[in-house]
Amino acid sequence: MLIPFFFMLRDGGMNTSITELLTLLEAMKRGVAGTSVDDFYYLSRAALVKDESQLDRFDRVFAAYFRGVEGSLGDLFQEVPDDWLRGQAELLLPEEERARIESLGSFDELMKALRERLEEQDDRHEGGSKWIGTAGTSPFGAFGYNPEGVRIGQHGSRHRSAVKVWDRREYRNLDDSVELGTRNIKVALRRLRKFAREGAADQLDLEDTIDKTARNAGLLDIRMVPERHNAVKVLLCLDIGGSMDDHVRICEELFSAASSEFKHLEYFYFHNFIYESLWKDNRRRHAERVSTLDITHKYGSDYKLVFVGDATMSPYEIVYAGGSVEHWNEEPGAVWIKRLLNTYHKSIWLNPEPRERWDFTPSIKLTREIMDDRMFPLTISGLDEGIKALH
Amino acid sequence: MFPVRSTDPGTDMTDTRFTGTSTYVATDDLMMAVSAAVTLERPILVKGEPGTGKTQLALEVAKALDKPLFEWHIKSTTKAQQGLYEYDAVARLRDSQLGDDRVHDIANYIRKGKIWEAFASDEQPVLLIDEIDKADIEFPNDLLRELDRMEFYVYETRQLVAAKHRPLIVITSNNEKELPDAFLRRCFFHYIKFPDQDTMAQIVDVHYPQLKKTLLSEALNAFYKIREVPGLKKKPSTSELLDWIKLLLAEDIPPEALRSDDRRTAIPPLYGALLKNEQDVHLFERLVFLDRGAGHQ
Repeated sequence: MLIPFFFMLRDGGMNTSITELLTLLEAMKRGVAGTSVDDFYYLSRAALVKDESQLDRFDRVFAAYFRGVEGSLGDLFQEVPDDWLRGQAELLLPEEERARIESLGSFDELMKALRERLEEQDDRHEGGSKWIGTAGTSPFGAFGYNPEGVRIGQHGSRHRSAVKVWDRREYRNLDDSVELGTRNIKVALRRLRKFAREGAADQLDLEDTIDKTARNAGLLDIRMVPERHNAVKVLLCLDIGGSMDDHVRICEELFSAASSEFKHLEYFYFHNFIYESLWKDNRRRHAERVSTLDITHKYGSDYKLVFVGDATMSPYEIVYAGGSVEHWNEEPGAVWIKRLLNTYHKSIWLNPEPRERWDFTPSIKLTREIMDDRMFPLTISGLDEGIKALH
Repeated sequence: MFPVRSTDPGTDMTDTRFTGTSTYVATDDLMMAVSAAVTLERPILVKGEPGTGKTQLALEVAKALDKPLFEWHIKSTTKAQQGLYEYDAVARLRDSQLGDDRVHDIANYIRKGKIWEAFASDEQPVLLIDEIDKADIEFPNDLLRELDRMEFYVYETRQLVAAKHRPLIVITSNNEKELPDAFLRRCFFHYIKFPDQDTMAQIVDVHYPQLKKTLLSEALNAFYKIREVPGLKKKPSTSELLDWIKLLLAEDIPPEALRSDDRRTAIPPLYGALLKNEQDVHLFERLVFLDRGAGHQ
């Protein structure tokens, strides 16, 4: 009976394997789960789901499968739009009540009322009619209150038994559906490793020991060396805000991968283009800025410089003094970036925009020229190319 | 009538079921994941916010099932091999120069790691591999066969070490690195989600049974309110709540002082135990200050 469920999970975008299914079957055979559906839910979740970002997907497929609703999986994986939720509120609440609630002026109140309504509706469903997709209401009927309901639900735990655990979908905000895991990025970044020996000598240097022992007429003379560490130094400059908002996710991933991979990682933020100062804390970007010249003085030329930005802006922002959108810059951005490039000979620009679009944006063309064509797309293969250019 | 065999899997369920302990509250799903791991003798991987009791789980499972516990704490420099054994070649070389008799037996220089110790245990042990994500990215891959077959080969002594009893392996991860698929497939998985207010009340009750009901509910309210403050870098977690309550008790703070309806006392006392980051403290103080300002208008 579990085979259709297994395939439904896979259709639902989970990469559950046969081994895991067999584990589940074995556990059931050994009687771990008993007979209740709740037990089975917990057991199958522990056996089949291996990452918290997949929990919500699992809950949705589980709900769909065990309510006997199949074939509507495509719809299941769309986001629940807020508009729909508000629409649902209008559907469910009579005119005067809605006016009353709105006069209270609280969206939370509205949501609370909505939730109560939906719960009533849930009871009716348990009475026998179909759970999803009846009589023209949205197929998300039972899911509807979840985006807000998760939070509201904390106050109403007396309803615990009424709502099935997998229907509560508590893991909703953990589902990230990122294509590019940090693991891939880290594996790519490892190519940038440059090993050097520094620190305490705690490893046997075999060659030197043999050499010294031989010179010592066979009397042992042990030689130690420090362990090899990754000694590559990276200076990361990230474009933040504005058009970069679309790429926040991938930049965060790159950043988290880089910060755990490199011991000597310095990062700074800029907006659109490099000018006379950068900053480290985006919340205090106007108060605490670091002069670009100070950076070139502080961090030696052995640092490898990596820009991350979409380089999409008005060309004036690059070539004209005063072109910056945020402040009056005495010297054009192109001058500042050249100062950086003169200090750091190994440098690349990673661009989250797809390569096909680069030719259509003049500012990207300009930036590429300044960078001597060392611009690479922010993908795994682009990262690989970029790292080669850094060597 | 068929005779009921003593090895019938259905009958030995009672002693492998983990139901929490007097000092640890386990939710239904956690119990199920642990029971499955115990019954099938597979590793269980536990993830969750820091401070939700991941490491504690292994200690409590060992206590509840009355099994010996072996702890292997992983650091960034830990190698998989160190969990199995290490061959101290330098010591042997030195001994050979000094003419020590021990030098003739290579086994004298093999140092057992935590996994070997657990494999050699006379009864089924619990093995905790703590914070596996701290190690190098290939670390879990290097342990696949050992965790699967529960055996490994010692090349120096040409000896196959197999587990006397397959240990119950509890692995914790803080998500600093993603774990490889092949490794994940061999484990049961449990994500400790942040406890809701009811579960939290149970947890506090287990640790401080004499706590006054009023103080508890006021403390929990204040605690969840702080957790909901947007933009905190590190939200306070269970272990911080427990520390805070300990402080409240030590300072004998009355429950009324925690009530935040009154805007003037909106900062809970001793909140330093909950917020561990100076930026969070600043943010929190600023929010309270704004709130107060609004209250006076």
